[in-house]
Formats: sequence, C-alpha cells, structure tokens
Amino acid sequence: MAMTDPTPEGRFGRFGGRFVPETLIPACEELDKSFRHYWADADFRKELHDLLTDYAGRPSPLTECRRLSEELGYRVLLKREDLNHTGSHKINNVLGQTLLAQRMGKKRLVAETGAGQHGVATATAAALFGMECVVYMGEVDVERQALNVFRMRLLGAEVRTAYSGSRTLKDAVNEAMRDWVATVEDSHYCLGSVMGPHPYPWMVREFHRVIGNEARAQCRALLGADPDVVTACVGGGSNAVGIFSGFADTDAELVGVEPAGGAAVDRGIPGVLHGSESYLMQDEFGQVLEAESISAGLDYPGIGPEHAHLADIGRARYEKVTDDEVIAAFQLLSRTEGIIPALEPAHALAWMSRARDELAGKTVLLNLSGRGDKDAVQMMEILG
Amino acid sequence: MTVERGSIEAALRARIDGGGKCLVPYITGGFEGYLDAIRAAAHAGADAIEIGVPFSDPVMDGPVIQKANELVLATGVTPQSILDDVRDLDVHVPMAVMTYYNIAYRFGLERFAKSLHASGIAGAILPDMPLDEAGPWAEAADASGVETVLLAAPTTTDERLPRICERSRGFVYAVGLLGVTGLRDDLADSATVIAARCKEVTDKPVLVGVGVSTAGQAAQVSQVADGCVVGTAIVRRLLDGGGPEAVGELVAEIRAALDAG
Repeated sequence: MAMTDPTPEGRFGRFGGRFVPETLIPACEELDKSFRHYWADADFRKELHDLLTDYAGRPSPLTECRRLSEELGYRVLLKREDLNHTGSHKINNVLGQTLLAQRMGKKRLVAETGAGQHGVATATAAALFGMECVVYMGEVDVERQALNVFRMRLLGAEVRTAYSGSRTLKDAVNEAMRDWVATVEDSHYCLGSVMGPHPYPWMVREFHRVIGNEARAQCRALLGADPDVVTACVGGGSNAVGIFSGFADTDAELVGVEPAGGAAVDRGIPGVLHGSESYLMQDEFGQVLEAESISAGLDYPGIGPEHAHLADIGRARYEKVTDDEVIAAFQLLSRTEGIIPALEPAHALAWMSRARDELAGKTVLLNLSGRGDKDAVQMMEILG
Repeated sequence: MTVERGSIEAALRARIDGGGKCLVPYITGGFEGYLDAIRAAAHAGADAIEIGVPFSDPVMDGPVIQKANELVLATGVTPQSILDDVRDLDVHVPMAVMTYYNIAYRFGLERFAKSLHASGIAGAILPDMPLDEAGPWAEAADASGVETVLLAAPTTTDERLPRICERSRGFVYAVGLLGVTGLRDDLADSATVIAARCKEVTDKPVLVGVGVSTAGQAAQVSQVADGCVVGTAIVRRLLDGGGPEAVGELVAEIRAALDAG
C-alpha cells in the first residue's frame, strides 16, 4: 500500500536513506527516536493539536469554487492552507518540529527557506516558544522576497544570506546543514520539506498529514465521496505529500506539479543530495543543476524521496508547467474566486487549466498551499 | 601504464613503525597547477595525498574549499579528467580521492571504483556517506582493491565508533571538531579527544582532519593521533596564487614540526 511508514533505514522503496556526514548521524538517530516516542504520546499530540487549532487556525476550510468550476468545465475544490497563520501550510510542520525540539531540550532552530514561507513559519514558532532562530536564504531569494526577509527579522530571527552556488533554496540548505554540523549539540535543524536524511521525509509528512485527513473528511461531508483527482505543487513536495497522504488508499488520482525549470521527476535521474536518494536534476558527471522558475519556493533541483517512490510505483504522476502558464493561473484564481494564490500552488492550477479536457466531468481537489501576498511585488513588476 | 603507489595503510604504517607521524595533505583536483602541487607535496614529505574531486554542493566544506571547487567546476574539469591526469603522474606516494557520494553514484559505484583503481588511486573518502549507507560502495571498492576511509566524529557514540573503525580502510579519519572544513586559530579540544577514543578501539592509523591548519596544530594533535590531514590551509595557498611552491613549503613546514615531535 502506498504512503506507509518507511523502513527503519528511512527507505521508501529504493529512495530515501541517510546520506549526511557522520557528525550528524547521532542527531538524526536521536530525532528519529524522539519523534517515534512523542508521535505516540497522547500529551504531545494534544499539545500539537491545540497549537494547530488555537494558534494556527485549523482546520482550514474546504472551498467549493463556483466561478472557477464554470470557467474550467469541471468541479474544483480548494483546501485552504493559505488561510493558516503565516499564510501557508508550512506552519503545520514547523509547530510539530518546534514542539519536538523543545521536548528534546534544544535551544536554537536552524532553517533554510526559499520563498520565505518556511522561514517565516520557523521564525514565528521560535518567537512563540522563546527560542533562538537562524534562517538561511539564497541571495537571489533575499532580493525577490524582501517582504518575508523583513517579516522574519521582525519576528526576531536572524536571516543569513547564502552567497554560494545558485544562491537559491539548494544553497540555503547547504548553509543550514553546515551550520547544523557545527551546532548540532544545542540546535535543531527545522527542515522545511519532505527531504533530507531520515527521519525528516517521514516526520515532515506526518506533521502535514493533517491536511489530507481534514480534506478527506471534508470531501466526504460535501460530496459523499472522494474527489477524482487530488493535485498539489511540488518543490521538495511537503504540501503535496500532506494532502496525498489522506487519499493514498482511495481511488483518487494523485497529481504533483513541478515547474518546468525544476522538474526532477520528469528527467528521471536518481541522485543523492541533502541526505537522501531521490530523483535529482544533475549533469552527466553528477553536478547538481540549478533549478529556475518564477517561484522561489519551488526552485529546488530535487524532490522528496517518497515522491520519487510514488512516481516509481505509479501511485502518483508528476506534470510540469511553464512560468507563463503559472502567471495566467495566478490571475485566473484571483479573478474568478477572489483568492490571490501564492505562485507555488498556482503551478498546480496551471496544470488544471491546461488539462481541462482530460478533467472534464471530474471533481478535482487542489491544495492551495499558500497565499499570494508575498508575490504581489514580483507580479506587479511582471504584469505592470 | 599505471604508476605503482601501494596502499595507503601500508604507507602510513611504514611511517608509524619508523616512529614518525603521518601527514596527508589535501589538494583540490583540477585546480590550476594541481599536478605540480601534488608533486611538491610528495617531495616535501607527504605520506599520502588526498585529491579533492569537486562537487557542486559540498556540505562538509567551508568557504575556502567551496571557492576552489567553484573555480574548478567553472573550467569544465570532470571527475574523469582528474582521474586521467593522475593516472600517469610521476608521484609514488599513495593517493585517495575525497569527493561526495553523488559523484560516485552518478559515475556508477562499480565503474567509479574500477576507474580509481585503473588510475592508481588507492582510496576514497566520501564524507556524506556514513557507515550505515556505506554497504554498496564499500562492496564495489573492496572488489576493486580501493580503500574506503570512513569518518569518526566527536558526536559518534561509543556504540558506533568500533564499527566505523572496523569498516574503515587505509586509516580512520577522525573529525577534529564540530563543524566543516576551514581555518581555525586554535586546535579544538575535541581533536585529541576523538583521536584518543579511536586509538582505544582500533590498531589502524588514526589521522585527525578538519580544523588542523598549522604546523603547530599538526604537532599538537599528533601527540595523540598518528598524524593529520591538512586541507584548507593548503587550498588557501593555491587560491592566494602561491602555486606548487607555496604548497611544498607548507607541507615541508608541517613535516618538520611532526618530525621534531
């Protein structure tokens, strides 16, 4: 069955594992052990549930899109992760990891961020828990997401610019891992996606499972059935894994959407980066390629190992869309529903828009993983 | 015809058995003048030489080695071109490549191991490949007679340490501090602690690397360890334009400090 727990070594099929320097292995083992312990602990689960409810604003609603459905010619439902506190799904994972880090006695959070959503969520949780927080962000992203940089600083986090390599998300992860190698005794690496060394891909999925669980119950209440298609954008793939996990054992088709300039599954070459074996954009010599898209949050050359596995076994499929299609989708949702999406979920909507013939007569659930406020300045420049 | 250089462990043991301390300099493969730098290091008393095969995302390396990597990659150097260069190099001390797992993985583990052997390279160090993930590579390396050097870290538990030392070939690479490669003003206390812990559980040569930058630090850590790996300090000299002469001078200086005990 799809989306069960990985092996004790952190393998989803042939993907995953734990490829990090020896220095970090004991920390990964401790994290694995602590996560297993607390995830089975009723007090921990209740405290997290209360935080998600009273602080983050869960459950997020399910919105039926009347005008968009008319426009596309099939029934569209949105899982509204954009309405969570801090504006995206990222808060689910961050509250889980921060609570866990606190239980483990860690005083400091280290995180990477692309668009800034995970960085803002981590800075938020650090403020809430009174922990020190350092967020690494690529130089290119610092420029195009200036608002989120300001928000993180306002929340008391230190934002450090990554100047190496492509100066985007991949390089922010490199810097965060280098920090963690040096500070592992008192710091927790609050990784923002379903990637990295075991147990991260699994643990982050479990913290986002709430999206899929809620959506499944909401769909059944509304439709009396499961949707025909569940779709989400994929960079590392955390929001997609979150919603897919609620429907893996149903007949719903699962579709992940990558940017054309960062489509790891599409190229189908396995590799090892940032702790796990998965599909990876790389040249013939194993040098990692730079992902390029309009959306900082999806500019990642890899994909979470569980996605690689889901693609391998045919349980999910992965499509890619261009920046132009994304820009059109960004405007489409704004105009038809009065919801300005983040550029990341606009990728999934772009695929939905292109695939309208294939989807005719179906019910499609889109995970609207974040809101578009952070992208307003960038889009203002593009659209004029 | 491949140049005969022998095994890393044999070379280090010979030095240790003679009452000496081992010195393994690291040189970034493909860097301008690197073959002459390897010659200079060997001539100045290196017992073995680590050749860095640049990777785009070196998470165990600090800014100096990252910078050298980026410069080399921009010139179109490939893992194969480095192996080809080294095959015929008239240097008779053993060599190991230091690179990251994806380079070997993309090459094909078995093909990479065979290619190393064919180029007269005795060993491989893959810092993002911990013991737990070493199986497939180590099997391929063993089959080709390539020594897989594993890392032991200050955070390594007492339970893991003997297993790492047991599986390591050539020597045990004891990571001297919590952190990535780079220059440090002082030797971390953790350097001698991890060296002593390794020595307690293995008879293999134990060399400390990461955070050993100067002749004084090399001598200090070698009071406990069997020697050291020096990387960033050497690459810094290459980046500063010092060329093979500057590399030779530093290696000679460290050699003298180790010999003086």
